[in-house]
Amino acid sequence: MRYLPNTPQNQRAMLDVIGARAIEDLLVKIPAKARLSRPLGLPPALAETDLIRHLRALAAENADADSYTCFAGGGAYDHYVPSPINHLISRGEFFTAYTPYQPEASQGTLRTIYEYQTMLAELTGMDVANASIYDGASSLAEAALMAQAVTGRTEIVLGTGVNPLYRRVVAAYCEGPGLRLRDVPAPEGVLDGAALRKLVGAKTAALVVQSPNFYGCLEDIAAAAETAHAAGALLVVVSDPVNLGVLEAPGRLGADIVVGEGQGLGVPLSYGGPYLGVFAAKQEFVRRMPGRLVGATVDLDGRRGFVLTLQTREQHIRRAKATSNICTNVALCALMATIYLAILGRRGLARVGELSLAKAHYAAERLGQVPGVSLRFSAPFFKEFTLKLPKSPERVVARLARGRILAGVPLKPFDRRLGDCLVVAVTEKRTKEEIDAFAEALARMVA
Amino acid sequence: MPYDNAKTYDKLIFELSSPGRVGYSLPAPDVPVEPARAQVPAAYLRREPVELPEVSELDVVRHYSRLSQMNYGLDTHFYPLGSCTMKYNPKINEDMARLAGFGRLHPLAPDALAQGALRLMHELAGMLAEISGMDTVSLQPAAGAQGELAGVLMIKAYHEANREKRTKVLVPDSAHGTNPASTAVAGYEVIEVKSDANGEVDLGDLARHLGPDVAAFMITVPNTLGNFEPRIVEIIEMCHARGVQVYMDGANLNAVLGITRPGDLGFDVCHFNLHKTFTTPHGGGGPGAGPVGIKAHLEPFLPAPVVVKDGDRYALDWKRPKSIGKLQAFWGNFGMHVRAYTYIRTMGPDGLRAVSENAVLNANYIMKRLESHFDVAAPGPCMHECVLSARRQKRLGVTAMDIAKRLLDLGFYAPSTYFPLIVEEALMIEPTETESKETLDAFCDAMIQIAKEAETNPEVIRSAPVTTPVRRLDQTRAAREPNLRWRPGA
Repeated sequence: MRYLPNTPQNQRAMLDVIGARAIEDLLVKIPAKARLSRPLGLPPALAETDLIRHLRALAAENADADSYTCFAGGGAYDHYVPSPINHLISRGEFFTAYTPYQPEASQGTLRTIYEYQTMLAELTGMDVANASIYDGASSLAEAALMAQAVTGRTEIVLGTGVNPLYRRVVAAYCEGPGLRLRDVPAPEGVLDGAALRKLVGAKTAALVVQSPNFYGCLEDIAAAAETAHAAGALLVVVSDPVNLGVLEAPGRLGADIVVGEGQGLGVPLSYGGPYLGVFAAKQEFVRRMPGRLVGATVDLDGRRGFVLTLQTREQHIRRAKATSNICTNVALCALMATIYLAILGRRGLARVGELSLAKAHYAAERLGQVPGVSLRFSAPFFKEFTLKLPKSPERVVARLARGRILAGVPLKPFDRRLGDCLVVAVTEKRTKEEIDAFAEALARMVA
Repeated sequence: MPYDNAKTYDKLIFELSSPGRVGYSLPAPDVPVEPARAQVPAAYLRREPVELPEVSELDVVRHYSRLSQMNYGLDTHFYPLGSCTMKYNPKINEDMARLAGFGRLHPLAPDALAQGALRLMHELAGMLAEISGMDTVSLQPAAGAQGELAGVLMIKAYHEANREKRTKVLVPDSAHGTNPASTAVAGYEVIEVKSDANGEVDLGDLARHLGPDVAAFMITVPNTLGNFEPRIVEIIEMCHARGVQVYMDGANLNAVLGITRPGDLGFDVCHFNLHKTFTTPHGGGGPGAGPVGIKAHLEPFLPAPVVVKDGDRYALDWKRPKSIGKLQAFWGNFGMHVRAYTYIRTMGPDGLRAVSENAVLNANYIMKRLESHFDVAAPGPCMHECVLSARRQKRLGVTAMDIAKRLLDLGFYAPSTYFPLIVEEALMIEPTETESKETLDAFCDAMIQIAKEAETNPEVIRSAPVTTPVRRLDQTRAAREPNLRWRPGA
């Protein structure tokens, strides 16, 4: 067995040193009644070549974004992933290292996290970003808990435009501390300001706004900030950082906490994970933040070095009184994002945003010209928009998939009232030809 | 002396920036940009450009290659970190996770177009259920701590469905920090149960705390001292007799594959760390994956959606009215599921049992070789890890932390230190089954050398490390004056 180096001779020699006859003698503390008396009922071991054949066959059954033109979004996007990312993260020194608890032997990881924190703080317009949370949804859940801890209040007001999958995660996390979730309707695709002002009040710990929201529409973050702050609540903004080369940093619009899904920053689609939970906040909240933080310091010789810091917030020190239960996070995905942002740089990220914006608007126009198809909302959008279709969106998706087009995300499972709607995402990777082909296929389907 | 990059390279990517330099390749627009931009209200557009570095592709590649050389990784160093199961991460796992059909699959692709992925998840959940003896496994939790939260929330939902009001969760004082933290997030009061001199649960203390207000007892098996809890079946029976659910922290599952199963012991819930027992890489601190296994009575409360099989078709089942909800936006860390699946299919049932046997053999070998040089926290034989105490060395002015740092100079990563909390100057050593006798001998030789140095030349230990890119770092300054981001000219 290629992962087990002990030969029978090695085992014998080791048992002799231990003074045991057999490995079985080492298991004496496990009571007989607790022992498994048969082999595990698992399929037999496969040789590498057979295993590859088997997994390739499984992989071939999936409509991946290499063989299909992907217009699906809803929180995961087919953005450009520069080639060096995979090569660099695959270096064993990064890939197979543990959490940097021994900083002298982990300066590589610590430096990259410090760079990541810097880049994400800059992108979001916040003072400080942490080293990452599991994904966008769990970042939002952690933000809700943090808002409760900061304000001592008991309600979270969520815009209907917040990704409904995130909402379910927030609800699960809020069960323990007894936080109540309240929804603001979005009949026109964006927050209803009047309804919002009624719901946000003295009990509100945080108002949560996602922009662009689940329907693709851009929200008025500054107005939301005003409403939240007037009631003494925090404003939590759910943001997609890959858009922030073009869109204003939420921090400059009044956000107190910015969270979001960083998958677009060079992280593979991978059927939903592992992804990258972004978490950034104002300086005044740093000691309430969840997750790891890396700080700069000096060593005994005065040389610059980096360490995990402010660890008294964390579970391995504070146990039941920690700011969060998070331990393992997603350092490697944060490294992907760091390399991505280094490669794209100041101008490239803006270019990604502009191209996505332009192509999405071209697609909205082309698709909106298909007879019977219209844009569901009139609010401004960014790289994603909601279409109203004359035929069942699920059937449209299934039919277009025959032509190797993933048309988008039907809204019916999330909101029955929008059962005739499809959310379409267009990244910088889509070409005019692909969009035209999509429009033609849709026209044939709904005709 | 060869050129030592790790000692001499001190740049951050921002310090390499040169205005106008680019590292990306993006196509020219094939549709008009300005009309689209005009559709967005000006107040929503970024006023100041993002201050990101401007560097070439080679700048990026060389910078991160050089930074990587400042890390000890498992591929380059023996990593005896207790409780972390730093075993070899097979390369074939990586190739499989990167197959386009897995790595490039959108999570909201219709079920009919993701059959291979759903089948893999369904089969992996089934294999983990067989390995653990649990009835059902959810792959959704992103890491061990999230698996704990999911498990405790299911227990809570179960008690509530039975109209029982239980407000406390018991956790041994030897537990991982995530246990009390996850339990607190779930809204429970955490009560510590004492351990006896051998690090085993003090049954008297447990019995005192078990009452009608206790929802669950959460325990790590084998325990954090590296020993199998010999009275575990009795403990579980005691809990069940009081209506208390029993949760197993599966961090140490690598010790018992094919030998004993949490489900057969009577556990109601257990989580798995795919990044420990099932060889997915640690990545410098994640991503991991923390599937959670449960007994049938908790099935209604599973995180939604559940991957189900109907005939030969697979689907995500969303109709789960009693579900605790979701923990991640999508279905779990699927990339890690592919790796763990690949590993289990590589090993097969006999291979997995051999994993645990060799993990136990290796740990006992280390304990035996070191027991006359260091104090042992609890008498052996141990399971997959052993806990030593440097209390003898401490009297000579050398702490567990000093020993850890000295090991770095001798070419090894350090054991876990100061955990479990109930052992003074703890050094927790988990060699794993993938290390050879030669490596274990080299490590033991280094530890024995350090024990001798403590008597003859403690200064060489206290001043370690000196071969790493930096020497000991000023943690106090980092915490008192937090510098959490780079600023130009700072």
